[in-house]
Amino acid sequence: MASATHDRHKLAFTLLAWGLALLIFFPILWTLLTSFKTEADAVAIPPKLLGFDWTTENYAEVWQRTDYLRHFGNSVIISLGSSLIGLCAAIPAAWAMAFSPTRHTRFVLLWMLSTKMLPAVGVLVPIYLLFKRGGLLDTRTGLVLVLMLSNLPIMVWMLFTYFKEIPRDILEAARMDGATPGRELVHILAPMALPGIASTLLLNVILAWNESFWTLNLTAADTGPLTAFIAAFSAPEGLFYAKLSAASTLAIAPIVVLGWLSQRQLVRGLTFGAVK
Amino acid sequence: MASIRNRATAQLALSPAVILLLVWMAVPLAMTLWYSFHDYQLLMPRGNAFLGFENYVYFLTDPAFLKSIGNTFVLVGSVLVITVAGGVGLALLLDQPIYGQGIVRVLIVSPFFVMPTVSALVWKNMFMNPVNGLFAWLAQVFGMEAVDWLAQVPLLSLTLIVAWGWLPFATLILLTSLQSLDTEQQEAAAMDGAGAVARFIHITLPHLARAITVVILIQTIFLLSLFAEIFVTTNGGPGTESTNLAYLVYSQALLRFDVGSASAGGVVAVILANILAVFLMRLVGRNLEV
Repeated sequence: MASATHDRHKLAFTLLAWGLALLIFFPILWTLLTSFKTEADAVAIPPKLLGFDWTTENYAEVWQRTDYLRHFGNSVIISLGSSLIGLCAAIPAAWAMAFSPTRHTRFVLLWMLSTKMLPAVGVLVPIYLLFKRGGLLDTRTGLVLVLMLSNLPIMVWMLFTYFKEIPRDILEAARMDGATPGRELVHILAPMALPGIASTLLLNVILAWNESFWTLNLTAADTGPLTAFIAAFSAPEGLFYAKLSAASTLAIAPIVVLGWLSQRQLVRGLTFGAVK
Repeated sequence: MASIRNRATAQLALSPAVILLLVWMAVPLAMTLWYSFHDYQLLMPRGNAFLGFENYVYFLTDPAFLKSIGNTFVLVGSVLVITVAGGVGLALLLDQPIYGQGIVRVLIVSPFFVMPTVSALVWKNMFMNPVNGLFAWLAQVFGMEAVDWLAQVPLLSLTLIVAWGWLPFATLILLTSLQSLDTEQQEAAAMDGAGAVARFIHITLPHLARAITVVILIQTIFLLSLFAEIFVTTNGGPGTESTNLAYLVYSQALLRFDVGSASAGGVVAVILANILAVFLMRLVGRNLEV
């Protein structure tokens, strides 16, 4: 009896959850479906859910007629570049604070966090003017620099929370056993730190890939990443839903998949360790 | 000796990040502050005369300013209400035993990873367009008149678009918090005859309070600088109907080339954000073990 009620509950919750999940996911699904339609089918009334002539011509067109590939390359360079360079500064900093904390550590961590709370518009004008003067406007280098700096606090914080969990006793034990600092690093620290570093890299690539304040304000046609490429679609009028959908699908697919893999890290990274 | 050397190494390891952030924060902020007190027009260099608080007076008395502050609060507030209420509901649902939980979770978190320019354009064209959008078709099916969403109710439309993107974030964080809830306590309360609602109010909600606070504060930080969604849909219009503070500063600086008053606006935005930041810092600081 009890198990029958239980099963009925489970079924009801399942139906409700799936219904809501599909509703929430629908705009993405609809974009995906529309990307395989002809422009005429894309705006057909009543809308065609599945019964349309499937075509890949939109992808071919986006691929050939636009500079999709270049913008995709820009996105890769900017998100990976800013994350990797950021790691070079963040790893030693987080390491130092996690393993050799001083009485200033707490202040430094909170101060770093406070820089993330600085609204970007507060520094838009000077950054724009400095970039203009320094020839960094509309360059990938400039964007790598800005995104690296704006995500650096999140990187330090994430790494700090991961490094804190590495037991220090292990280091002492290794030292007792006569391990040299080099061996210590390669055999003990690196394997324990790598998962945290990988998660941090992953989350920051996602954040940088989708960043849409600096990428829209500091780039023009050539060096814009996909965020700017897609924004250019806000101009044309008329029949372009299918092509917009194909371009959108190409722009979000890689990062949505990466996002699925990083749900846990996301919670940790974006709450600065306050929710685990 | 070793510890002194260790400490020196640690300081050295810490310094690149600290210096980078110090420069990143201090230099532009000082410049913004300096511009905000000067007459600085990008197109008409007039010697950058010192103006005192004139830019602030200009910016703060601009009717668009009050409008933009109001819009900022409406946008942030309504997105917060939708995402927190919806997030609690979805998290409770996902915490139940259901078939295909993993897939449901993946479907629900997906919108968070969609870049703002894509989500805004997809909603604008394929859903909210008064002629070809799905909403227009739905309205027609139900015998109602189609709404030109972004022209007639721009703030509501933007709220919907932005809330769609942030609902997964709230859900994910609240779900994580929910999963750390002690089930024994729940079961004991159930044994004692506490109903589902009573258990939710007295056990679950207090447990979630901290996560809800975190969600509110972090979303507020990001929502205060909402930009891309407005940029590709309404351009702040019609008029200034959907201009928020971030967009106003942007248009003042890069569309009207008035660096001085844009900087004054930037300073105002920084002050507003700092008031909120103080709360978040306290919350995070309390949880911080160094």
